[in-house]
Amino acid sequence: MMTENSERRVVSVIVVNEASVLSRITNLFSGRGYNITSLTVAPIPDSKYSRLTIVTSGSVRVIEQITKQLHKLISVLRVYEHADLVEKEMALVKFPITENLSDVNTLCEAYNGKIVNVGENVVIAMVIDEPKRIDNFLAVIKRYNPKEIVRSGAVALER
Amino acid sequence: MQITGARMVIEAFIAEGVDTVFGYPGGAIMNVYDEIYKQSGFTHILNRHEQASIHAAEGYAKASGKVGVAMITSGPGFTNAVTGLADAYMDSVPLVVVSGQVPMSLIGTDGFQEIDAVGISRPCTKHNYLVTDAADLPRVLKEAFYIARSGRPGPVHVDIPKDVTAQIAEFNYDVELDLETYKPHTKGNPRQIVKVMEAIAKAKRPLFYLGGGIINAKAAYEVRDLVHKTGIPAVETLMARGVLSFDDELLISMLGMHGSYAANMAMSETDLVIGLGVRFDDRVTGKLSEFAKNADVIHVDIDPASISKLVNADFPIVGDVKNVVNEMIEQSGHINPDKYESWRETISHFDELHPLTFHEDTDRLKPQWVVKRVGELLGDSANISTDVGQHQMWAAQFYPFTRPNQWITSGGLGTMGFGFPAAIGVKTACPDKISINFTGDGSILMNVQELMTAVERKIPVINIILNNNFLGMVRQWQTLFYDKRHSQTDLSVQPDFVKLSEAFGGIGYRVTTKEEFDFALKDAVEKNIVTFIEVVVERFENVMPMVPSGGSLFNMMLLEKKETK
Ligand SMILES: Cc1ncc(C[n+]2csc(CCOP(=O)(O)OP(=O)(O)O)c2C)c(N)n1
Ligand SMILES: [Mg+2]
Repeated sequence: MMTENSERRVVSVIVVNEASVLSRITNLFSGRGYNITSLTVAPIPDSKYSRLTIVTSGSVRVIEQITKQLHKLISVLRVYEHADLVEKEMALVKFPITENLSDVNTLCEAYNGKIVNVGENVVIAMVIDEPKRIDNFLAVIKRYNPKEIVRSGAVALER
Repeated sequence: MQITGARMVIEAFIAEGVDTVFGYPGGAIMNVYDEIYKQSGFTHILNRHEQASIHAAEGYAKASGKVGVAMITSGPGFTNAVTGLADAYMDSVPLVVVSGQVPMSLIGTDGFQEIDAVGISRPCTKHNYLVTDAADLPRVLKEAFYIARSGRPGPVHVDIPKDVTAQIAEFNYDVELDLETYKPHTKGNPRQIVKVMEAIAKAKRPLFYLGGGIINAKAAYEVRDLVHKTGIPAVETLMARGVLSFDDELLISMLGMHGSYAANMAMSETDLVIGLGVRFDDRVTGKLSEFAKNADVIHVDIDPASISKLVNADFPIVGDVKNVVNEMIEQSGHINPDKYESWRETISHFDELHPLTFHEDTDRLKPQWVVKRVGELLGDSANISTDVGQHQMWAAQFYPFTRPNQWITSGGLGTMGFGFPAAIGVKTACPDKISINFTGDGSILMNVQELMTAVERKIPVINIILNNNFLGMVRQWQTLFYDKRHSQTDLSVQPDFVKLSEAFGGIGYRVTTKEEFDFALKDAVEKNIVTFIEVVVERFENVMPMVPSGGSLFNMMLLEKKETK
């Protein structure tokens, strides 16, 4: 099983909004040795459910097990394993105000973002894009000496 | 009706038809025990350790097919019970376990006897609840029983803070359950069943692979019918003993690490595996890549996650085994049992070549003889529990099982200490059957305090201790794979088992001959109180056949051939 090709996959899980539900999900992943690359969670408006988006990786068989095991949890309503999807992630980056801010802003614009906050010593920029492109962005802005970077983890919807 | 949370627990149990609760009180659960004192709807049995309470509830559940119920206090009461929960989870035993918790105001403060119980039980239960409002209790308890017994059964843990048991709220148990997120799939896909029957009709060497799920689904008699209608031979897993009767001509035997030669060879040669309520456990399959290598696989199970988890299923069917087997029986008309005659003959040859047997070649009694002898003397009239080790495998190999729910063992977790308390639960569920526990000199000491429970409540379990002065199963591996370095497995120093039983008020026998054994067993059955029969057996006997861990099923170590039997 270990030798089978490992693929990145996005799994969405609709769960009942209750105290322990997040630990049920993360316990399942750690207990069975599955990977979590990122995990986001927020309530679904006007419902008693929340939606988790989990980026994971594994062989076809492992991914199948992940979805089945998730589904087996009593608190899980539905599990989607996405093939064709729109996937977005946000990143916030703090730059020293002494950097070339117009360059930074132009770069941000190329990744659906902009400078969103200006302080005495730092500015905060935000970008929203596909996770792969966020990787690119973060590589490119290295030369502007980013002080702090935070990524949101991916969210996704089936097309 | 406005009542306390504690009272609600009682009312819910009564509404569920619970007749026996196994448990142990303590601070956090005292309000509920106070209500137990006042009621007469069910019996409470006080075990002498919380682990034993859970195993007793398991034994009760496995023998009766009903949900087993146990009650414990917070902190150490709960942690003592964890092994039992894990055991029940691995073997899909329906349980509802209620534990007390520190009051809500103390949760998170490292209060006296506080432990994150639901955090600990999460990976070893089917579901769990921390109840924070008594108003939720009726629904939670009703869900707990439903979840425990439906779908793939399992233990459900309900943790109730002490103040919630004192809180007064409305109790109405007549509510419809609305579990939007839990809807077990019970009916198999009809088109898939048609395909499966076509595949069976085409196969030349099909083989039924029967698992414990059949017992959970109460489908053993339907499976017997299907096996007989099709004339297809069958192997059973450890958990499925009793699905077919021992004298059924189509039953080969148990397969797996200590399965019979014929059963393991049949699995290696079959061209179509018909798996019913099985999970392809590694103790069954051996090396996966060599398992049933030339066969297509039909896999019927209620749990979708079991299907294609380890072995790819060519014909997956998610559904209740009973429903699916009934469908299969209906469509079995075109299957001609004669077609498999030569396949059945092949299997008979395997069995003649290396039958499941043993040699009586030493002065000491052979443990296998003891099991066979109990079978001859008691047969169908006994329910058989076991502990874990060599004695367990011998019991599985040599007892003549005649019915489902007759065989109660810890398979998935392999928990030493399971047998005695489980046999107490079995006897409670089936008072008309003799309750035997085959145990080892190691295992029996892991819940030996249950002598007190059995004496106090007059529960006449007969413990047959196959005493080899060893942690025998581990010793066997050390002999075979660790160059006879018997590290920490020699149990030469032992208690006097007869006196031990007598000290609690039970009876005891120490036997070294066949005559003594016959006498002891008959006498114990007659005396009808809890018993230890210590049987001094050959120390170095090994369980054979044996598939070494990770090896292929067809590469078995076998019993040496000898003329005498
Ligand atoms: C709680 C627990 N601890 C350790 C083991 C590992 N183990 C498996 S079989 C065995 C030996 C059991 O000895 P005994 O009860 O005398 O049975 P025998 O094999 O001698 O028949 C041990 C230690 C276990 N299964 N369960
Ligand atoms: Mg022993």
